[in-house]
Amino acid sequence: MKVEQKKMQNALMESKDLSVFYGEYEAVKKASIPIYEKTVTAVIGPSGCGKSTFVRSLNRMNELIPGVEVKGEVLYHGDNIYDSKVDPVNLRRRIGMVFQKPNPFPKSISQNVSWGPKINGMTDALDDRVEEALKKAALWDEVKDKLDQNGLSLSGGQQQRLCIARAIAMEPEVILMDEPCSALDPISTGRVEDLLFELKKKYTIVIVTHNMQQAARISDHTAFMYQGDVIEFDETKKIFTRPSKKQTEDYVTGKFG
Amino acid sequence: MSWNETKQLKKRKILGKIFSGLCTMAAFSSVVLLVVLLSKVFFDGWAYLDWQFVTSFPSRFFEKAGIQSALMGSLWVISLTCMIAVPIGVGASIYLEEFAPKNRFTHLIHLNISNLAGVPSIVYGILGLVIFVRGFGFGRSILSASLTTALLILPIIIIASKEAIKSIPNSTRYAALALGASKWQTVRDHVIPSALPSIMTGMILAISRAIGESAPLLIIGALGYVAFNPQGPMDAFTVLPIQIFNWAARPQAEFHQLAAAGIIVLLVVLLLMNSIAIFIRYRYQRKLR
Repeated sequence: MKVEQKKMQNALMESKDLSVFYGEYEAVKKASIPIYEKTVTAVIGPSGCGKSTFVRSLNRMNELIPGVEVKGEVLYHGDNIYDSKVDPVNLRRRIGMVFQKPNPFPKSISQNVSWGPKINGMTDALDDRVEEALKKAALWDEVKDKLDQNGLSLSGGQQQRLCIARAIAMEPEVILMDEPCSALDPISTGRVEDLLFELKKKYTIVIVTHNMQQAARISDHTAFMYQGDVIEFDETKKIFTRPSKKQTEDYVTGKFG
Repeated sequence: MSWNETKQLKKRKILGKIFSGLCTMAAFSSVVLLVVLLSKVFFDGWAYLDWQFVTSFPSRFFEKAGIQSALMGSLWVISLTCMIAVPIGVGASIYLEEFAPKNRFTHLIHLNISNLAGVPSIVYGILGLVIFVRGFGFGRSILSASLTTALLILPIIIIASKEAIKSIPNSTRYAALALGASKWQTVRDHVIPSALPSIMTGMILAISRAIGESAPLLIIGALGYVAFNPQGPMDAFTVLPIQIFNWAARPQAEFHQLAAAGIIVLLVVLLLMNSIAIFIRYRYQRKLR
């Protein structure tokens, strides 16, 4: 009930009966998840449960895969992002994304960060914007003397923070993260997690993770998905201490998955 | 050591050595062939290769004969060919890889282009004769020759560029698109720069092919004897391979040596063209690293 009320107040985004099909296969089945402003929402579940597909459908990145079909709605500021009037290009500059594998452009560190603002016409004080984004991504001190070096010369963890800086530089409202730490070592993972605490003061974050401890540590709300269904959505504390569904309990206590 | 050398292991090792030996021989056979070929050509042609040879027009008298008109003709044809084929070829490959819907029709186009790459060049010559020389009325000109050669190398450029673009990982495209880039911005700023070194490699192959072609140009009417430099794309012309063929077909031994000297000039032009392409490729690769 408490969750219901909160939803009424400030759900920035909300999926409503969202189904995603790859051809005949239904990867996400009527998922309804609210995403609250300036919180971290974690999506957990075993491999292949549709959590990545779900998060990709929040900024229409799923459309890039041939043969994808979406049913249902995703509301963003109350408007359905799948409406024919919505331009996905315009949507994605407001809803940024960080991918599973760090994917910096094969360009310099500063170009990696400045490219997004540049192509979107945010060209004034570009250097300041780059510095600010790198600072927010907790990478500035490590790269400030080598901004001209190729982004690919950084370590995996640094590359991922560069990708986060790249997303931040666009000043998006929402940042989607698709298992951003799965390719990172524990120390780098810790740094990215620390970063998330900072970032949620300003941004709304949706993070996919198969690491339950990570979800428990960093998120405010958690959605548990299994075989395409959203089994349970609630406050993270509740999901991990007294989940209302048996399946959720089995998963978070490590009985399967 | 009884625990390590078994009969079976020995047999495997021998087989491995035989295999690597055969592969090495295969690799060296081409090098040996090239060295033999080049040394024969240089041995024959070196005596006639001087500045006079490069700056003179062909002549009945071998001591006065030169290759200037054929050299200029080749440069004209190859430059015009590149100007026509490269933008169209790269454009087509970008369309096919990045923008075209994946349906039966585009699949047919892909298949078609692969087949075109295997069509004998003389067939292109006949096509050029019918369409450009007679159909459009461009006559037996450099323009007709360039258009024909462009058609000939277009499939090579398209296939090489397509493969280059295909090899750019999707993660790069996703990264750009997730920042609110349009498809065009993604292709312009990330896909093409990353693919350019490989595209240039395809270009080198295509240019090398084009510069050595003689059969289609014979058909559309390159001349055997041209005592002037072409002044524009509508002029009559000859090219290096045809001039070389012309000399090699004469009975006098001196002209055979002129042919060898012509081959050296052709090779130098080819290497120059390739080194320009390699230079561009190198610069881009360094920028990317």
